[in-house]
Amino acid sequence: MNHPLKQHLIDPEICIRCYTCEMTCPEEAIEHNDDNVVVDASKCNYCMDCIPVCPTGSIDEWRVVEAPYSLENQYEWEELPEQGDVAITETDGGSDGADHSELDPVAALLAEAHKGAGGKARAPKSASKPTVNLYNLSNAVEAVVQGNYRLTEDGSDTDVRHIILDFQGKPFPVLEGQSLGVIAPGTDADGKAHLPRLYSASSPRDGERPGYHNVSLTVKRDEGGLCSNYLCDLKKGDKLNVTGPFGATFLMPSDPAARLLMICTGTGSAPMRAFTMGRERTVGAVDGGMVMFFGARTQESLPYFGPLMKMPDKLLQKHLVFSRVPDQPKEHVQDRMLAEEALVAEMLNDENTHIYICGLKAMEEGVEDALSRISDSTGGSWQSLRNTMREDGRYHVETY
Amino acid sequence: MADTLDVSYDTRIPNNVGLGEDRKVLKALEKWHPGYIDWWNKLIPQNFQDSMVYLRTAVSVDPKGWAKFDYVKMPEYRWGVLLAPQVEDRVIPFGEHQGKPAWQEVPGEYRNMLKRLIVIQGDTEPGSVEQQRFLGLTAPSLYDLRNLFQVNVEEGRHLWAMVYLLQKYFGKDGREEADDLLRRSSGSEEAPRMLGAFNEETPDWLSFFMFTYFTDRDGKMQLESLAQSGFDPLSRTCRFMITEEAHHMFVGETGVGRIIQATIEAMNEAGITDPTDIGNVRDLGVIDLPTIQKKLNLHYTLSLDLFGQEVSTNAANAFNAGIKGRFMEHRIDDDHQLHNDTYNVTSIVDGKITEETVPALTAVNMRLRDDYVRDASGGVGRWNKAIKKAGIDFELVVPHEAFHRQIGVFAAIKANPSGDIISEAEWESGKDGWLPTPDDGKFVESLMKPCYEPGKYASWIAPPKVGIDNKPGDFEFVKLHMA
Repeated sequence: MNHPLKQHLIDPEICIRCYTCEMTCPEEAIEHNDDNVVVDASKCNYCMDCIPVCPTGSIDEWRVVEAPYSLENQYEWEELPEQGDVAITETDGGSDGADHSELDPVAALLAEAHKGAGGKARAPKSASKPTVNLYNLSNAVEAVVQGNYRLTEDGSDTDVRHIILDFQGKPFPVLEGQSLGVIAPGTDADGKAHLPRLYSASSPRDGERPGYHNVSLTVKRDEGGLCSNYLCDLKKGDKLNVTGPFGATFLMPSDPAARLLMICTGTGSAPMRAFTMGRERTVGAVDGGMVMFFGARTQESLPYFGPLMKMPDKLLQKHLVFSRVPDQPKEHVQDRMLAEEALVAEMLNDENTHIYICGLKAMEEGVEDALSRISDSTGGSWQSLRNTMREDGRYHVETY
Repeated sequence: MADTLDVSYDTRIPNNVGLGEDRKVLKALEKWHPGYIDWWNKLIPQNFQDSMVYLRTAVSVDPKGWAKFDYVKMPEYRWGVLLAPQVEDRVIPFGEHQGKPAWQEVPGEYRNMLKRLIVIQGDTEPGSVEQQRFLGLTAPSLYDLRNLFQVNVEEGRHLWAMVYLLQKYFGKDGREEADDLLRRSSGSEEAPRMLGAFNEETPDWLSFFMFTYFTDRDGKMQLESLAQSGFDPLSRTCRFMITEEAHHMFVGETGVGRIIQATIEAMNEAGITDPTDIGNVRDLGVIDLPTIQKKLNLHYTLSLDLFGQEVSTNAANAFNAGIKGRFMEHRIDDDHQLHNDTYNVTSIVDGKITEETVPALTAVNMRLRDDYVRDASGGVGRWNKAIKKAGIDFELVVPHEAFHRQIGVFAAIKANPSGDIISEAEWESGKDGWLPTPDDGKFVESLMKPCYEPGKYASWIAPPKVGIDNKPGDFEFVKLHMA
């Protein structure tokens, strides 16, 4: 099997051709002609000696590729190619049974999470090209915790945390909807290192703070959970090993005309937060552009309740529903969707609508049932609509 | 080995050359140090001295450690003596001693030649800081202010590097030469800097960017040639300096590029398609492309003069002696002795510009200049790409090397930018179209108003594509001291 490769490249639009990298490279992997400075993928061993000596930042570019770009390719470039679609996605999940690459556990996890879409997931047509698997188990990146804040109220029975990671200048090009792998320290019962656990980024691509390229996670403390307890206990300044980014389909459309229907529970809100902030920073508020159905047990245990309430409806129409409020009937997201049938039906019939479902596996059935009933009531077949939307990259499920 | 990579801070002068054990040289440098600090303090306006600048400082000379960023007040910047690691069993790479072990001490027969080369190189370093001393007052952004100061402190460090060589290897005359480096001053009547280009004013930021693009590039080529030297301490010093010099190239290329970007964006927004519609373009608060061309013509030609005579026995002697090599000597595929090789140089025969074949040994300067012309043209091509992309019909051109020259064979004639020899009268009538006029200068100067708000840029310059140290554009690159 052809293993994808992380290739080091130089941005010809930023590079000033000072050749300092070329003079620094101990492998002589860098060379130039009258046009460009290029990196020989067969020689580069990722020693990173060239990174700090570059005065421009053009040197810090990476693409995951099936086959590396040749020197001739690179000499012809006037600009860097976008990250292409590389098949380290859920479709890779051990199809030939012979692949023992370390990517497999992640691919398997994602495949399982995306199963609910009912077929092969596709990225939205206008989504940016994701970088995937830049860091893996044998080459993890070290992140520093910039902050760890409890999102749920102290009295609440759930402890959900907003954890901000900084990659210390190393590239970590994560798109909204992509996941990171976190490796808990220590070994398992067999003495092997723990496998990474996946967490969705809850911050947009340019960073929790714009331009800072830091990444936030939304983590719920699970009783007895190895990785969630490890993460929730981290303090500011602590260091941890991270892999990824992962995921090439559960992504945000870049098209300003696109509309997002987001349905989530609990920490399934993480990618929705990233989408909302990402769209806010790029497209701005568009009436009816983003609608969210968000379920939790109580207001106190709903992550980001405060910040969500401050968002104008024009940016994000919010339906926050609670299933455990004393003296009130239980309400789940699907109940509210049915109550808002006209709105949901109108969105289902709009070809600009992208649906995202994220949360516990248990929510899938109810949500799908609600969508089906609403779709049928307008005279369409949910099955065929869902398949069309999925093929179009407009129907996305990530449940666990 | 690892010891010499890390920078020692146990003396007042950070270094990786074991100054702590070298009492004599340490004492000499410590004696020189107050004069240097005095020079620096008198040079840069006081509120900048007290400002916190986000600077890069080397904590070691290996690739991983030499670019640490932090806020520092410039007078507290740790100017130090940093040499690239010694290469074991290095041999003299060219000239008549080729293949013999590189000299660790000054070879007696070449003492004066070597000293002169080091003094000339050393003299340029403080010269440029002096030329640029007032630019901070009109910085178009905190980002640019920071870049200016980074260039300044590193030129200061390059002076230190040369002074170390003089003090360590040249005894009493070395110490006198080191003192003279602080005595001479750019543009001074009594004691000017040694090379012409370093006595010219840097009146505005366009000139600064053109200077760092064209003139610092000469510096880069010279350093690269000296980095080949058979005198190992000089080679190691220059190798480390080249790494720093790359930042100066970057400031120049992106600075001019961002000025062009602001101009073409403003033209497109205003619907001006004619780049020669100078009045209307200037009314937009940006610098018109023809004026940028004139500044380019000026700085390019001043820089060509720095390469000296096309045919030079001094250069031949320095090469033959193994003291100063050619650009990228180790990548040139010849015998590195040049006994039988020839090289084509331009000259003037019967009033016509022509090429002449001469022994390659005597044409070492010319070859370096040719390498420079090629290197300098690259960035100009990238600027033109941006202009073309914006749909504006204008191309910046590197003038012919006969144009506007004071040194070498072309000093005797007048030529237009295309390289046609012209009469004195034709020169007089044409020169205002080729070189910046006092009016052009006044206009550019009128734009030079400081813009110190984080994330804001003056109208005539576009924001950078990438910040320094991956920081975003609105990062506070300089925390200005407000007295």
